[in-house]
Amino acid sequence: MIRKTAAQMADALAKGETTSVELTQAHLDRITAVDGQVKAFLHVDAEGALAQAKSVDTRRKSGEKLSPLAGIPLALKDVLAQKGVPTTAGSKILEGWCPPYDSTVVSKLKDAGVVIMGKTNMDEFAMGSSTENSGYGPTFNPWDLTRTPGGSSGGSAAAVSSFEAPLAIGSDTGGSIRQPAALTGIVGVRPTYGAVSRFGLIAYSSSLDQAGPFGRTVLDTALLHEVMAGHDPKDATSINAPVPAVVAAAKSGDVKGMKIGVIKQLQGEGYQKGVQARFDESLKELASLGAEIVEVDCPSFEYALAAYYLIAPSECSSNLARFDAMRYGLRTGDVNGASAEAVMSATRDAGFGREVKRRIILGTYALSSGYYDAYYGSAQKIRTLIIQDYAKAFTKADVLVSPTAPTTAYKIGEKVDDPMAMYLGDVATIPVNLAGICGMSLPAGLAEEDNLPVGFQIMAPAMQDHRLYQAGAALEAALLSKWGAPILDKAPALGGSK
Amino acid sequence: MALPTYEEVIAKWDPVLGLEVHVELNTHSKMFCSCATEFGAEPNTQTCPVCLALPGALPVVNEKAIESTILIGLALNCKIAPYSRFARKNYFYPDMPKNFQISQYDEPICFDGFVDVEIETEEGTKQFRIEIERVHMEEDTGKSLHVGGATGRIHGADYSLLDYNRAGIPLVEIVTKIVPGTGKYAPEVAKSYVAELRDILRGLKVSDVKMEQGSLRCDANVSLKPIGSDVLGTRSETKNVNSLRSVERAIRGEMIRHAELLNDGKKVKQETRHFQEDTGLTRSGRSKEQAEDYRYFPDPDLVPVTPAAAWIEELRATLPERPSLRRKRIKEEWNVPDKEMEAMINADVLDIVEETVLLGADPTKARTWWLGEISRIANDKNVGVADLAITPADVAELVALVAAGELTDKLARQVVEGVIAGEGKPSEVVAKRGIKVVNDDGALMAAIEKVCAEQAETAEKVRGGHLPAAGALIGAVMKETKGQADAARVRELLLGHLGVS
Repeated sequence: MIRKTAAQMADALAKGETTSVELTQAHLDRITAVDGQVKAFLHVDAEGALAQAKSVDTRRKSGEKLSPLAGIPLALKDVLAQKGVPTTAGSKILEGWCPPYDSTVVSKLKDAGVVIMGKTNMDEFAMGSSTENSGYGPTFNPWDLTRTPGGSSGGSAAAVSSFEAPLAIGSDTGGSIRQPAALTGIVGVRPTYGAVSRFGLIAYSSSLDQAGPFGRTVLDTALLHEVMAGHDPKDATSINAPVPAVVAAAKSGDVKGMKIGVIKQLQGEGYQKGVQARFDESLKELASLGAEIVEVDCPSFEYALAAYYLIAPSECSSNLARFDAMRYGLRTGDVNGASAEAVMSATRDAGFGREVKRRIILGTYALSSGYYDAYYGSAQKIRTLIIQDYAKAFTKADVLVSPTAPTTAYKIGEKVDDPMAMYLGDVATIPVNLAGICGMSLPAGLAEEDNLPVGFQIMAPAMQDHRLYQAGAALEAALLSKWGAPILDKAPALGGSK
Repeated sequence: MALPTYEEVIAKWDPVLGLEVHVELNTHSKMFCSCATEFGAEPNTQTCPVCLALPGALPVVNEKAIESTILIGLALNCKIAPYSRFARKNYFYPDMPKNFQISQYDEPICFDGFVDVEIETEEGTKQFRIEIERVHMEEDTGKSLHVGGATGRIHGADYSLLDYNRAGIPLVEIVTKIVPGTGKYAPEVAKSYVAELRDILRGLKVSDVKMEQGSLRCDANVSLKPIGSDVLGTRSETKNVNSLRSVERAIRGEMIRHAELLNDGKKVKQETRHFQEDTGLTRSGRSKEQAEDYRYFPDPDLVPVTPAAAWIEELRATLPERPSLRRKRIKEEWNVPDKEMEAMINADVLDIVEETVLLGADPTKARTWWLGEISRIANDKNVGVADLAITPADVAELVALVAAGELTDKLARQVVEGVIAGEGKPSEVVAKRGIKVVNDDGALMAAIEKVCAEQAETAEKVRGGHLPAAGALIGAVMKETKGQADAARVRELLLGHLGVS
C-alpha cells in the first residue's frame, strides 16, 4: 500500500478499499521501521495523525464530499507552524516551542482532510543544502545512507523517497525543495512567489521563501500544490489570482509544439558528467515528443549566487532578530541579575548554529551604513537583471530547463567545512528564487558513475505553474515507459523491507 | 558660575529648533494586525502572533492608518508620494518584539509641507512658518516597566515587566525642517506649533491627541549659534515632553543649559535628554555621539504603498477647515468676546454651536444655551454635552420658540429638561407638559387687578411714581399665572393699569 502513489491511495480511499486510519497506520509503521536510519522526522505526531485520519473516515462514511487528498498522510517541514505541535525550524533556539496558531498552509491541509503525520528535519532556519545544519543532527539519503539527501528540506524529501510518506511539504528559498527532490529521486515544486501563503512559515529570507509540494509523481505533486496554493489576506505578498490549473496540466502532459529553452549558463562546465548525460537524454525525449528545443542566453545568472548570498543573509539578519529569549524559545544566561542584553546575547550564542551565525553576520555587515549600496544595493540590481534575462528568455521559450543540481548526492561531512562548495550546489536553482518565478525538479534517471538520482529542472514564468506540470508529466511518462518501472524501485531496501 | 538668565541667553545666542512629533492614530486596530488598540487595557491582552512577533507571523498594513496619514499630510500642506515603502529599523530592545521597528526611511508617504503659527507678543501678533520635512508611518513599541532601582530607569532595576498592548499601534511621525529665526520666541513658537498640530489632528479626528496618555509625544531638538552666525551648533534632543507647557519649559531650559556650557567654552554633547516634569530640567540619556546603525532596508514582507491620485483628491475634499482659521472666522462672524470664545473651546462645544447656528439659531443664543444650561446639566451628570439627548436641531427649535414669544427663557429651561429626559422634541415637550406663555391680556388683566387689590398699599406707591415697587407686583402676577406669562408684557399692562406708563 505505501508504495502506491497518492492518487492511487486517494482512489482506494474513495472506493472504500482502505481507510485513512489503515493508510496512516501503515505509514507510521514504516516510519518506526526505517526512520532510525533515515532520520527524516524531528517529531512524529502519531496520535494527532490517527485522530485526523479517523475523523476523515467518519466524514467519508457519512457520505460527505471530500477533497481529493482527504485522508492521505503527509510529512510537514518543521518550518511551518502547526498549532500545539512542536515547531523548531531545525533550531535549538526553538526547542520545545509549540505555536498557538496554524500557518495558512496547515489550515488548508486540515481543511482538505490531509493527515499531518509529523514534522521533518531541515537545515536550521532553512539555511543549507544538505540538512547537516540541523540543530538535531543530519538526515540520511535513502539511496545511500552515507550521503546527504540535500537540503534544506532534506527531511521531507527523504520521507517521501523512503515511503515514510506519499507526500510532503518543503520550502524553497534558493532551491531547498528542488535540490533535495533531485538528490532523492522524487518530484518537488517551488511555486511562484506569492502563490502559497507565507503566513506561519518561519522566515529565512522573506522575499525568496516559498513553501511547495513534494511527491513521487508529477500528478501527486500537482494534487498537493492545488491544496496549498491560493490567495491569503494574512500575507501582504500573496498574489490575489486563481490558482493555475496544475492538476489538469499534470493529467494532460502534452509538450507537442511547446518551446523548451535550454539555459546556456546552466550546463556543461561544473556539472557532473552523469548529471549532464541524463539531462541531455531527457531533452531528447522531450524533442521526440514534439517539443521544440531552443537555447537561451541568461548572462547575469553568473552573478546570481553572489546576489543570493547578500540578499538572503541580509533579510535573515533582520528576520532572526526576534529570537531574543524574551517571549518564547530558549533562554540561557539569565542568572545573577544579568541584563536583558546579556541574556539575549548568551541565548543567541547558545541557540544558533554556525551556519546561521555566519549568515546573520554576513547580512548585518551587508546592511551596515556605508556598505549598503555596495552590497545589498548591488545585489538588488543583479536581481533586476536576472528578472530581465528571464523575461527575454520567456519570449523565446514556454519553459526553460537545466539540471537541478550540478552533482548527485554527496557524502555527509564532505562539504561542511567548505561553505563555498556547498553554496555552489545551488547555482542552478537560485535564479528562480531571485526572479520570483516557479520551478520543478523531477527524476531524470541515475548517473552512470554513482547510480544516484539526477534531477531535471523545469522553470516557468510567474503564475504559469501549470506549464511545469504539463512538461513534467510528459517527460515523466516518456522516461517511465523507457525504464519500465518507477525510479524508486531501484533504490536499495531500507531496514530489510521494502 | 550662576546659570545665565534667559535674557542673557538671547542677547548672545540664536536658537535653532527641530521638532519631531509622534501621534498615535485612533484606528480601531493596530498598524499591522487586527488587535484592539484601547488605552489602559490589562497588560498583554491586546496581542496576537503578529504583534508578539511569533515565528512565522506576518504584518499586513491597516488601510485606515494609511488614509489617516494621508489626511494628516494634506492638512499640513504636504506632497503625497505616489509610491512609498516601509523599511525595517533594526535594533535590539526587549519592548520591541521583532527587534526591528517597521517604519519608513528614505521614502516617506508625505513630504515638504508647512504649518503657520501665530503667537501674541508685546509687539503684536507674529506669524512663523514651520516647514515640514516629512510625515511617515511606523508602529509603536511595547512598554517596559522597570521595577526597583531609581526613577523607573532600567539601570539598577531589579527586574522589568513588558506590556505589548502598545506594540504595533499605528504611529505617525511628523518631522519639521530646522526652524531658524524664532529668536527669543523659540519656546513659545514650539509650544504654539504643537498646539496647532494638536488642533489640526483633533479636527481630522485621526487621533485622541492626549499628551498625558502619550497619544501625542514631542521630541524637541535645540541648538544655539552665536547671533549672526550661519554655523549650526550641536543639538540635544529632549524626549518625554508630555504637555504643551513642558514643550515651552524644556526648550527654554535647554537654551539656558546650552548657553551655560558655551559661555564657559565647553561643548554641547550631541545626546538624547529626558525632560523631568518636576524640575523642568533635562537629564542625560543615551549618547548619540556614535550614531546608531539601524541597518534600514525595505521591508520584504510588505508591498509598496501606492495611493491612487483620485483617492488622494477625494481625501483632500474631505479636509475640515483649519481649526485656527475657523476659530478666527467664527469669532468675527458671531462677534464673540475673547473670554466666551475660550470658554467654548475649553468646553468643546464649538462644533455643536456652529451646527445649531447653521440650523438658523442666533449665534449668541445658541452659544448661551450650550455653554449655560445644557453644559450645567452635562456637568451634573458627569457627561459631555454631546452625550446628552439634545441635538443642535432641538436647540435651534427652542431658540425659535423663544424668539416667537411662545416660550420665556424660564419656560424654555423646563423644555430643555424635558428634551434631555427623553420626552421628545421641544414642541412635543411643550405640548405634553402643557407649557405655554399666557398671552391672553384678559387673563393677565384679571391677575393684575387681583394682585393690585391684595397689595393695595404697594400699588398705591407705584401709582405715586415709585417704580421699583412694581417688581413685587410683577412677581406676584407671575406667581399667579404659574410662570407662564411674559414678564415684559405683565410689566407693560401693570404700569398701564396703574397709569404710570
